[in-house]
Amino acid sequence: MSVLVNNDTRLIIQGFTGQEGSFHGSQMIEYGNYVVGGVTPNKGGSVHLGKPVFNTVAEAKAATDANTSVIFVPPPFAADAIMEAVDAGLDLVICITEGIPTKDMIIVNDFMKGKPTRLVGPNCPGVISPGQAKVGIMPGFIHSAGHVGIMSRSGTLTYEAVHQISEFGMGQSTVIGIGGDPIIGTNFIDMLELFSNDDDTHGIVMIGEIGGTAEEEAAQWVIDNSFKKPIVSFIAGQTAPPGRRMGHAGAIIAGGKGTAKEKMEALKEAGIHVVNSPAEIGKAMAEQLNK
Amino acid sequence: MKIHEYQGKELFRKFNVNVPVGYPAFSVDEAVSLAKQLEGFPVVVKAQIHAGGRGKGGGVKLAHSIEEVREIAKTILGMQLVTHQTGPEGKQVQRLLIESGIPIERELYAGIVLDRGSKQDVFMVSTEGGMEIEKVAEVSPEKIVKEWIHPGLGLTGFQARKLAFALGLSGVQVKHAVSIFMALWKVYKAKDCTLMEINPLVVTKDDDVIALDAKINFDDNALFRQKDLVELRDLSEEDPAEVEASRFNLNYIKLDGNVGCMVNGAGLAMGTMDIIKLYGGEPANFLDVGGVANPETVANGFKIILSDPNVKSILINIFGGIVRCDRVAQGVIDAMQTVEVKIPVVVRLEGTNAKEAAILLEESPLDFIVATSLSDAAEKAVHAAS
Repeated sequence: MSVLVNNDTRLIIQGFTGQEGSFHGSQMIEYGNYVVGGVTPNKGGSVHLGKPVFNTVAEAKAATDANTSVIFVPPPFAADAIMEAVDAGLDLVICITEGIPTKDMIIVNDFMKGKPTRLVGPNCPGVISPGQAKVGIMPGFIHSAGHVGIMSRSGTLTYEAVHQISEFGMGQSTVIGIGGDPIIGTNFIDMLELFSNDDDTHGIVMIGEIGGTAEEEAAQWVIDNSFKKPIVSFIAGQTAPPGRRMGHAGAIIAGGKGTAKEKMEALKEAGIHVVNSPAEIGKAMAEQLNK
Repeated sequence: MKIHEYQGKELFRKFNVNVPVGYPAFSVDEAVSLAKQLEGFPVVVKAQIHAGGRGKGGGVKLAHSIEEVREIAKTILGMQLVTHQTGPEGKQVQRLLIESGIPIERELYAGIVLDRGSKQDVFMVSTEGGMEIEKVAEVSPEKIVKEWIHPGLGLTGFQARKLAFALGLSGVQVKHAVSIFMALWKVYKAKDCTLMEINPLVVTKDDDVIALDAKINFDDNALFRQKDLVELRDLSEEDPAEVEASRFNLNYIKLDGNVGCMVNGAGLAMGTMDIIKLYGGEPANFLDVGGVANPETVANGFKIILSDPNVKSILINIFGGIVRCDRVAQGVIDAMQTVEVKIPVVVRLEGTNAKEAAILLEESPLDFIVATSLSDAAEKAVHAAS
């Protein structure tokens, strides 16, 4: 088992024929047999990378029975692309695009209310269940199937964690980058819920960073639900100055709130194993699982 | 992106937000001649820098005569203004705002900000105008009244009235407050703001409501559709190295330490800073070179890092995913042949083709310190800097 993406994933790629869509599309096609087509307006009816191209997500879904979409559409049009996928009734939409205006995401969030589709991202590397499906831009080969679930607000720092988990002989059930923007679809709490019901996930790595309160909310959720699976957490940005946006739009200490210190304290209070060093993630998880 | 108060007020005027009459001045003589155009005294001389707390730092003064305007302008213009937001070195004042004084009856606070929790914008008011709103939120949160704004409907009339009555306004004051709240929301929405603070928003002795300050942050992600705002950017308010880095599409933030770092990805870049600190060093910067670490990007990264004379060693930490480590290694080798690097460079490459990369680095005639893991890299970089 695994969560979000698996052997049942039937994926379409929005922005399929663009540079990013083509490059990462070919990597995903290489990874497994789950890409069923793509969407690029006005290129419907053509074939790209051996897969059919459609004008709209609705058409693509009707023709291929797709249940998941990944979005590589440029920022000015990406919010619209998300809403199109939600409107078509896909189960899962993963938006890779970085740089979507916050106002557009507020509208997307409102549009999604009451609809069954789950959004991951935007501004994220995507989701992978090793050996089953890779939906995003992460390098597939560093992952191996196993029992550690990893969730993170970062990209390369997630790869670092995956690498360490693999080095200690553990594999991953599902690895998700939830995204570095202020407004994202799937949060740490959503992932904790999914991981808690997944028998294949024995431990969880949570990589947070400064800004917002997602980590504090996750800590509270762990307390409220008496969550039992071991969690190892690292919070990036212990040395970040306040008031500066550290690369990610959401990684900013504003009005004295969202510091790494606050987050680490909240997590510790919830019984979560917090490591100070990003080099200790793998070791700490190994220790937790071998207890 | 941030703008100056006077630019914010010019924007407010276009949207019929009530603000005092005032003009920007770039010299003492200009300040004096503009003060003469205002109707009588007092005149307020306000330092224009991208930081709050200017009044407490001595950057805002009241003048009762032209002579006083001249004296104050002389003092403030060119001074290093230190506030709680500038850091101890302060910021040099290069622009002034010369503004009509307003007969103040009450000082209030109004602000609009993105609420990440509810994924909506929230309109906030408080009777505690003139105070730091963060302090009010901490000490007496009940004094901040909030209305969440529906993205489709925008701020509604009844919400604006609720806010006005919550401030204890009455009669014609309510009418003025409602119209200013609605106008502020229009600016916020039309210009892709992520923060707007009017502190203070004042009620005058004749029941008018006026925005006496204008602090606005814009969404950097939306600048592609806000071309007129880009022209308001004041590069002299930003760190020169950061401006230079943005020209190369590098994400650089200067810090106070002596270990420079070059990393791919924002999260890993922050993590690298953190581990430098854990090994007893201080990071000199945040630098995310993004997905493509080619010779040109790396060379530009070197130039930016080396522009900071405090830097004593450089740590390059790249996790190769889609980007192959051997290409990054070649990029680093090529870059070091175009940019003169006289300080130790510690390289840690992990991920795709990491072994090939290590061979390339070892066989190169250049003097790299090759690290095998993240902690090894941090330890070596900190050691090399001390």
